[in-house]
Amino acid sequence: MRYLPKSPVERQDMLAAIGKKSIDELFSSIPEKYRLREALKIPGPYSETEVIQYFKERAAENAAGYTSFLGAGVYNHLRSVVTDTIIQRGEFLTSYTPYQAEISQGTLQAIFEFQTLMCQLTGQDVANASMYDGSTATTEAVLMAERLTGRRRVLVARSVHPEYRDVLKTYAKNSGLHIEEIPFTKSGTVDVKALQSALKDDVAAVVAQSPNFFGVIETYAPLAETAHAAGAMFVVAIAEGVSLGLLRPPAEADIVAMEAQSFGLPPSYGGPFAGVIAARERYVRQMPGRLAGQTTDSEGHRGFVLTLATREQHIRREKATSNICTNQALCALAATVHLTLLGKEGLREMAEQNLSKAQFALSELAKIPGVRRTFDSPFFNEFTVELPRSVKIVNSHLLREKIVGPLALGTPYPELTKHALVCVTETTPRPEIERFAGALKRALEQPV
Amino acid sequence: MKDKIKKASRHVSQNEGLIFEKSSPGKRAFELPPLDVPAAEPAKSLGSHHRREGVEGFPEVSEIEVLRHFTRLSTWNHAIDLGMYPLGSCTMKYNPRVNEFVARLEGIATEHPYQPQELSQGCLKILRLLEKCLLEITGMDALTLQPAAGAQGELTGLLLIRAYLQKQGNPRKKVLIPDSAHGTNPATAVIAGYEVENIKSGAQGQVDVEGLRMLVNDDVAALMITNPSTLGIYEQRLPEIAEILHARGALLYMDGANMNALAGITRPGDLGVDVMHLNLHKTFSTPHGGGGPGAGPVAMKKILEPFRPVPILVEKEGGRLALEPIRPDSIGRVKAFSSNFGVLVRALAYILAYGPGVRQATEDAVLNANYIRKHLEGVYDLPYSLPSMHEVVFSDAIQKRNGVNTMDIAKRLIDYGFHPYTTAFPLIVPGALMIEPTESESREECDLFIDAMRSIAEEAATQPEIVKTAPHTTRVRRLDEVGAARKPVLRWNPAAPRSTAAD
Repeated sequence: MRYLPKSPVERQDMLAAIGKKSIDELFSSIPEKYRLREALKIPGPYSETEVIQYFKERAAENAAGYTSFLGAGVYNHLRSVVTDTIIQRGEFLTSYTPYQAEISQGTLQAIFEFQTLMCQLTGQDVANASMYDGSTATTEAVLMAERLTGRRRVLVARSVHPEYRDVLKTYAKNSGLHIEEIPFTKSGTVDVKALQSALKDDVAAVVAQSPNFFGVIETYAPLAETAHAAGAMFVVAIAEGVSLGLLRPPAEADIVAMEAQSFGLPPSYGGPFAGVIAARERYVRQMPGRLAGQTTDSEGHRGFVLTLATREQHIRREKATSNICTNQALCALAATVHLTLLGKEGLREMAEQNLSKAQFALSELAKIPGVRRTFDSPFFNEFTVELPRSVKIVNSHLLREKIVGPLALGTPYPELTKHALVCVTETTPRPEIERFAGALKRALEQPV
Repeated sequence: MKDKIKKASRHVSQNEGLIFEKSSPGKRAFELPPLDVPAAEPAKSLGSHHRREGVEGFPEVSEIEVLRHFTRLSTWNHAIDLGMYPLGSCTMKYNPRVNEFVARLEGIATEHPYQPQELSQGCLKILRLLEKCLLEITGMDALTLQPAAGAQGELTGLLLIRAYLQKQGNPRKKVLIPDSAHGTNPATAVIAGYEVENIKSGAQGQVDVEGLRMLVNDDVAALMITNPSTLGIYEQRLPEIAEILHARGALLYMDGANMNALAGITRPGDLGVDVMHLNLHKTFSTPHGGGGPGAGPVAMKKILEPFRPVPILVEKEGGRLALEPIRPDSIGRVKAFSSNFGVLVRALAYILAYGPGVRQATEDAVLNANYIRKHLEGVYDLPYSLPSMHEVVFSDAIQKRNGVNTMDIAKRLIDYGFHPYTTAFPLIVPGALMIEPTESESREECDLFIDAMRSIAEEAATQPEIVKTAPHTTRVRRLDEVGAARKPVLRWNPAAPRSTAAD
């Protein structure tokens, strides 16, 4: 087997050195009756060529060759080949969690740079080394607010990503947290009046997303003021990080939970991505996950270490702030390299292109009879439209023209049947937007 | 100081600053294609109160500077690609490069989780085949691939147990956890809503079965056990432990972190285990990447199947695969968008390369651990003498006499070109040296490691100072961790003065 660096003779020699006659003797502590006597029934062994062949065949059964207008928490953005070149270096790819600081300075400094970039983006003071994704980051932000306030009720906007809310509910079920949802207005934003009447002095956190699941940009100030007036923490979830190149950061938030997929990570059928938690400095000791900090060595050189580990499970066990151990380090590195490549101007320009393309797409779709925009609020690169017929049927027509249509909203939001969430990024060429509009028009004209 | 030399001659010791310190307005490393639609006016379309003028402090550098910056940083890391990484419990094995290649294929990396399932059959087939392989390796009945890492797998497993017990009328109160367990076990039990009761290991480092019999009552939901234990010792009486739990209606959770000792040799499902997680970034070779991403699939017996997290992968008529979002008894969703799919792709690529030969990898891993044990026994104290599986745990008791502890030995190992073993874990061994070579090390590499460890033992006896002040060859010396925690500096700040050494 090509991955195993031993010849049969070497194996025999090593066994002899240990004083064993056969490999079986090394497993003598496993009672005979529990030892497998037959070979495992799994395919292989495959040569490298066959492994590639298998996955190429699977790839061909997927959506290659289609133009997609899906976003909803997973976005297609331009990625430089430099990012992948860096994260495929063995020194990053095949290294462990940087507990041994002296031979992990590369990873540690990169994490420190990641934390800095995340603070700059979100307008917060401190950010951690990464969480699994936006959904678990949001959940951990809520759990953090619970620890900080000692309160148990949580008010979550219904305009927060449905899957983020699902994950929060799974974690909350056994933590004694009560999750209540706050409706959205006709403009697609959080209903502040409903929020005010639900808020009491037992609320740990108010959670809103911006741009929210409908692509609509929320105004933070009234939400923060309302939450803070009741002594609750204001948690902001961000699913589309590129928006921060153009949008004011959630500086009013106490904790920000972000998905970093938009920063150089491919959609990859849903993962791996990277979650981010950023917060005010005074809350750092209740943060989950790893933190890299700057320090000096015994000769006074600047260096970096994992720090404040007394929050973490390997030290505090059942008293830890979270059970997270392995995070999404390599994805966070990809985001760091990607954002460094884009830089201040590149990120702003990318964000502006998203805005322009989405505006253009909306204007094209709005020309189609019967297509109506759902909400009239400002949006970034996603918007919702109401169609005169079932989104599912329309999308099946679009598929025939090699277009993966917008996301149907009827399942997560029964009141929005016939509404669809359209996403357009800088990667969508104008002719494809026009082709989509044309195909949509034809689909709506088809007899039922 | 202006006249101080900025760069040292050796690449590895170059004083590479933070990327923010290289920034100068107007430089850029990435250019977008020109916009092909009319440019929107942000102030007009967003409203001026939503708008920001670029991200304050963001770096402005060129492409060569970015590439060189991160390449230089990379040279300050140890990595499997450079040499042995004998971290016990972490299973730092070779990460095959073909796995990286296939995870990046067009049609794999490019797929959106919400695209129609008829256009996702390739992805779903990958998930299906991986499920089948992992079920065969574990001997369990059902599986979820959703959890993003081992700790999330643990949580998923405990939530399954809780939902199952709840369905019977009472979720119960406690989870029993041996004192040798990973820290994630107790931390997870608390999130699942359980009290933790730590149980003392027996004299030989195994679960004290008689003691356990006394502890298990109707309040106990489950026992979380690691097999082989974190001492690298196989829990011989696991089936009996399962019977004790089952007799009182409790379940047996197995932490699969050490599955690299068992794959192809024995199956947890045959040993009475009800639910377990696997760390694909350990046993199944997906890269650790400096701390993740991982994946923590959970395998279970039939009784727990109805409670699996949604969406559930199902086979429809004609072999078509689908993800079903609704199951009445499901514990819910533990992660958005189904899974760390790209990690699962790599794990399947690994399994396919071996096929049933996974067994050979396990055998070699156990052979390497025992070979190292044989050659270091007596040189280092072996607190528990039962046979070792994939890892061996020594203590620093002998070296302590000269004031040298496990951390000192670990740091000195760096000077010999190795990553340290796991230090000071498991907690039941004071001054532990936990060594896991994995199957990826040749005899030659094992011999080099043994030589280094023997040489350090000799240094500890004859010139302990050199060990206590190690490492001597790294870019930085021992770092002030106490200072880092006392006054945390967790981000670069343009206002803060730069340290003298970086200037």
